[in-house]
Amino acid sequence: MIYALCFLLFMIGLYCTVVKKNMVKIVLGILVMEYAVNLFLILLGFRTKGVAPIIDRHALEGGQLTELFVNTSVDPLPQALVLTAIVISLGSLALIISVCIRIYNKYGTFDITQIRRLKG
Amino acid sequence: MKGMTVIVKTISSWVKILIFIFGIYIILFGHLSPGGGFPGGVILASSFILLMLAFSRQEAEKYFPLSVASKFDCIGALLFILLALMGLGFGINAFFWNFLQQEYLAAHETVLKLISAGSIPLYNIFIGLKVCASLFLVIVVLSMTRPELPSEQEQHLEE
Amino acid sequence: MEIFYALLIFMIIAAIVATETNNLLSSVICIGAIGFGASLMFLFLKAPDIAITQIVVEVLGLIILIRATITRDLTFITGDREFFAVVVSVVVIFVIFVVGIVIFETEAFPRFGEPVFAQIADSASERYISQGLNETGAANLVSSVILDYRAYDTLGEVTVLFTCIIGTLVILRYPSRKTLEVSIT
Repeated sequence: MIYALCFLLFMIGLYCTVVKKNMVKIVLGILVMEYAVNLFLILLGFRTKGVAPIIDRHALEGGQLTELFVNTSVDPLPQALVLTAIVISLGSLALIISVCIRIYNKYGTFDITQIRRLKG
Repeated sequence: MKGMTVIVKTISSWVKILIFIFGIYIILFGHLSPGGGFPGGVILASSFILLMLAFSRQEAEKYFPLSVASKFDCIGALLFILLALMGLGFGINAFFWNFLQQEYLAAHETVLKLISAGSIPLYNIFIGLKVCASLFLVIVVLSMTRPELPSEQEQHLEE
Repeated sequence: MEIFYALLIFMIIAAIVATETNNLLSSVICIGAIGFGASLMFLFLKAPDIAITQIVVEVLGLIILIRATITRDLTFITGDREFFAVVVSVVVIFVIFVVGIVIFETEAFPRFGEPVFAQIADSASERYISQGLNETGAANLVSSVILDYRAYDTLGEVTVLFTCIIGTLVILRYPSRKTLEVSIT
């Protein structure tokens, strides 16, 4: 059921990207899709009544990990993937917004249908 | 662009130092507590961006000139790759081999101490440096070019 | 468990408001609300690393977005595209959504709260959790995964970030006076 809500968030972002005419709204749709995908990856690795995958003094017994920690910790692998994805989304947002600003400087509008009709 | 009001300027001149120290803490302790190179670098960049938003762009460029920022960007990436290539000479000859941990630190008992985990804190520092310089460069350059209409651009060019 | 549903419904409502409103500044602020809700979700899903990264990156993303949209004529959004295209897109999206829900309810997909690595005998995550401290010496297992076991992916990420920044700087270069005078005359 939670997966269905996360998928609905992704579909709302896809609708915003495909249907809207304003360029900045399209960028916002891409951003919503990225949030939904990162959320989905972390939801896959969750364990009910789990602990964060960080070892502190309570998880160590004489230099070895306790059984409790190994049995209840959350999956660290999707968190590594999502950490990478979040930083990359910031870089690609900067690139897309710079293209939008250049198009506005040249054509004077954010509307993509107007850009098709104007001649250079 | 001009700065903001007196209250904002006074508070931000104190708070930017706190944000800077917090960013350095998140980078350095990345192998012991949540954080690491990427969020720490972004926090460092946001301390300079606070300076740019509250005062003016020239004030931020006095502290961190753009040429120095682009050099730090390249130096951070180069040092990252250099440390990875040094792993080819030790132990099993693998790219990104954690040679500091396996050769030198494995004998000592360094669990949960600051100097542990070999080259992981060094990677964090280089990545933090690179991300800070990159994001500061991007936002300063974005604030130099405004989205203007083509007619306004003609006026600027004729001056 | 109820907190997850509450935060997800908050994020969905904010996404619908961001999509349909006519004011660009309101849309950008709703995107900020979605990012904040996502960071809270990550905190309750026991991923503190990701929560810190998400909220800091979202603040900088908001600064970049507001920089692009604050122009003289702000609220001149027109609307959707032609009617036929809108109807076809909505039908396709609805079909994909129904197919997705059917897939999520089948037996093969793991239920929420019982991750896959706990049911497979020899998975990679078991090795990272049990041997991570001995082999790498780092107490933060996510750091040991991204900087020791999977450091090659981090090299790829640093390269992508570098390329994006260089691309942005090249696109936004304001032309110097000399090149403009040559091109006008």
